[in-house]
Amino acid sequence: MPDLLLGALTADPAGLLPAREQMAVSLGWHIVLACFGVAFPTMIFVVHRRGVVRDDAVALRLARRWSKVAAVLFAIGAVSGTVLSFEMGLLWPGLMGPYGDVLGLPFAFEGLSFFVEAIFLGLYLYGWDRMPPRRHLLLLLPMAVAGIVGSYCVISVNAWMNMPTGFRVVDGQVTDVDPWAVLFSSGTVLSFAHMWVGAFMVVGFVVAAVYAAGMLRGRRDDHHRLGFTVPFGFASVAAVVQPVIGHVLGMRLGETQPAKLAAFELATTTEQPAPLRMGGLLVDGDPRFYLAIPRWGSFIARGSFRKPVAGLDTVPREDWPPVNVTHVAFQTMVGIGTLLAVAVVVFWIARWRGRDPLAHRPVLLGAVLAGPLAVLALESGWVATEVGRQPWTVWHVLRTPDAATDNPGIWWSFAGACLLYLGMTVAAYVVLRSMARRWRAGEEHLPSPYGPEEVPR
Amino acid sequence: MSLPELVAAALFAGVLAYGLFGGADFGTGWFDLTAGGSARGAAVRTQVDESIGPVWEANHVWLVYVLVTWWTGFPETFAAATTTLFVPFLLALLGIVLRGAAFAFRKYSGTLGQARVFGAVFAASSLLAPFFLGTIAGAIASGRVPAEGYGDRWHSWLNATSLFGGAIAVGTCAFLAGVFLTADAARAGRVALARTLRRRTVGVGVATGALVFAALVPILHDAPTLADGLTGRAAPLVALSGLAGVATLVLLVRHRYAAARVAAVLAVGSVLLGWGLGQYPWLLVDEVTIEQGAGARATLVGLLVAVGLAVVVVLPPLVWLFRSTQWPATAEITDHGAGR
Repeated sequence: MPDLLLGALTADPAGLLPAREQMAVSLGWHIVLACFGVAFPTMIFVVHRRGVVRDDAVALRLARRWSKVAAVLFAIGAVSGTVLSFEMGLLWPGLMGPYGDVLGLPFAFEGLSFFVEAIFLGLYLYGWDRMPPRRHLLLLLPMAVAGIVGSYCVISVNAWMNMPTGFRVVDGQVTDVDPWAVLFSSGTVLSFAHMWVGAFMVVGFVVAAVYAAGMLRGRRDDHHRLGFTVPFGFASVAAVVQPVIGHVLGMRLGETQPAKLAAFELATTTEQPAPLRMGGLLVDGDPRFYLAIPRWGSFIARGSFRKPVAGLDTVPREDWPPVNVTHVAFQTMVGIGTLLAVAVVVFWIARWRGRDPLAHRPVLLGAVLAGPLAVLALESGWVATEVGRQPWTVWHVLRTPDAATDNPGIWWSFAGACLLYLGMTVAAYVVLRSMARRWRAGEEHLPSPYGPEEVPR
Repeated sequence: MSLPELVAAALFAGVLAYGLFGGADFGTGWFDLTAGGSARGAAVRTQVDESIGPVWEANHVWLVYVLVTWWTGFPETFAAATTTLFVPFLLALLGIVLRGAAFAFRKYSGTLGQARVFGAVFAASSLLAPFFLGTIAGAIASGRVPAEGYGDRWHSWLNATSLFGGAIAVGTCAFLAGVFLTADAARAGRVALARTLRRRTVGVGVATGALVFAALVPILHDAPTLADGLTGRAAPLVALSGLAGVATLVLLVRHRYAAARVAAVLAVGSVLLGWGLGQYPWLLVDEVTIEQGAGARATLVGLLVAVGLAVVVVLPPLVWLFRSTQWPATAEITDHGAGR
């Protein structure tokens, strides 16, 4: 890793590398749960509505179980999101001090959305058997809307880091701050769409995978069919739309972040037209081990088979992002995304032609794999855009070494964070698995085991 | 009031709400931790789950509100605090994360053994979080966070004011929680449980009250600016807190639980408000005033817009949540308690 060596030779703050690692771990962990916060209420709504409107007992039971899963996932999502709030200040004081009043306002609105989501989650969970069914069902809608608004706000800050706006720096001082320009930046809409649709892919494929796994084990009842079909339907639409959004989003990089684009494309020199390099790594400054498809690099990056793609040779060496990480992450995302899009199209065509794809074990196996693959694509996408933005925290405004804390103790907090997230992952897995087992055993209400005997309520 | 002062007031309103509502949630950890073995403690733990289960996430959001308003409205002071008070921030965060996660895990754990592990983590971390948040408040109030940040990473929070601040935070949280839990248990008709909780809450109340007034002595030496405020401008609040605290105990003893809740909120709220008023106009005591620490004007206006929106969008459903889950007598109950 030459990038690491370079970092060690220059006078970077003590916290730089561990701060980046800790942020990556905690954001990478939280983002999966954030996806559930964004997309899961909508899916529960569809199933719950079916249960209420059609008086469908299977759907109602599924919605009730999903709401309990949501209770667990949203709880750890809430606290892991709080970790990020703290880390903004603990790890990146050089960002938050000078730029807190530039980027902060969208977080305030995100906080409002989080509030709404938490309140209605509390009401919804409490409301089972306590409220009129239709009113109870409607409690999901504010949650769904809050998920959309909240993720828009968070993405607007990330979009701002990539395409900064709403301030000027005069003699090292931040001035002419316009926080609304950050919230309503033109750069946000596409990034948000990409993330929002991505959330539906992740949640849809992950939840569908759970029921596909059940069907693989022979549990082919209405419960599993519904549990598979609703999330898979959402994921299918998302998977087909996502490549289009991703493509349009990628095309603006040529203007806004050519260094990131060059890393995505593994382009060391400017080429016209540029080939698409499948696979490949940068070894001693030269791209190796790739398969080149002529002209397609230009099309993917610029939307035309003739336009040039600027290479890393146009970027000063000290402004290069870690090329290999960025490139591999980007191609992983695109590769998985393309695979999933093709797979769902084939699936629905087969169904449209009267076949039942779910009768085939390889299809179910593929549906199980699609869950982790969608998560991998999400994580790769974030690695690609975040690492590809380096060495900048705020593009061409604030370098990451200047944003990071000078605290030498961050390695300890990083180690602690790794342990904490490992523990929470294991605990969540154990608890969710035990919930599923008890449900299968016919125990529907899951009384809390506070003592040897259940306390009457 | 100037624009920065308005934003600071909105920020402090969040601190107050978090201290009262989030504090009451944290405080249940004390009763959970000391409830005894799994057979004897089951009633208390079930009550804790029932009382805070539907509301703790909403109450937790006040913390996010406080952090966001702080770093957006007064960004440099936020960075100064996080670089100086790195350790207590991190440990408070650890407590917050473990508390929330373990609480949710315990509710759905499959075996008693798992529930005990998660329960112990939940209860212990519920005390960890307010303690370290209290040390942070103490560090700021005693003037140990330098304006430029990167103050002493240890002595900034390992000092008399901070440690008393932490202990007071734990005590007041437990006191609030005890009053609320007692009232909840009594309303649900759990007479024996209410009696136990009441006895223990009175004990916690006496200890915490003694602690608050004992802390005034070291604070007078250790944090002169705050001490001036507490004995001057904020003196009526300090007195009110003492009176309301005594009133809470009397009301508890007389089984007047609904009124005791109001008195307890008044007692703890006036301690918090007394701190805020005591250190006014300083944001970081002796270092940065509210005016000096304020960020860009346009952003402050934006924050006030967000706060106004919160009053319209967040408060009504929040009231609905509390009315439905905390005072179910007033809620629309169609099928009493089944299916939970």
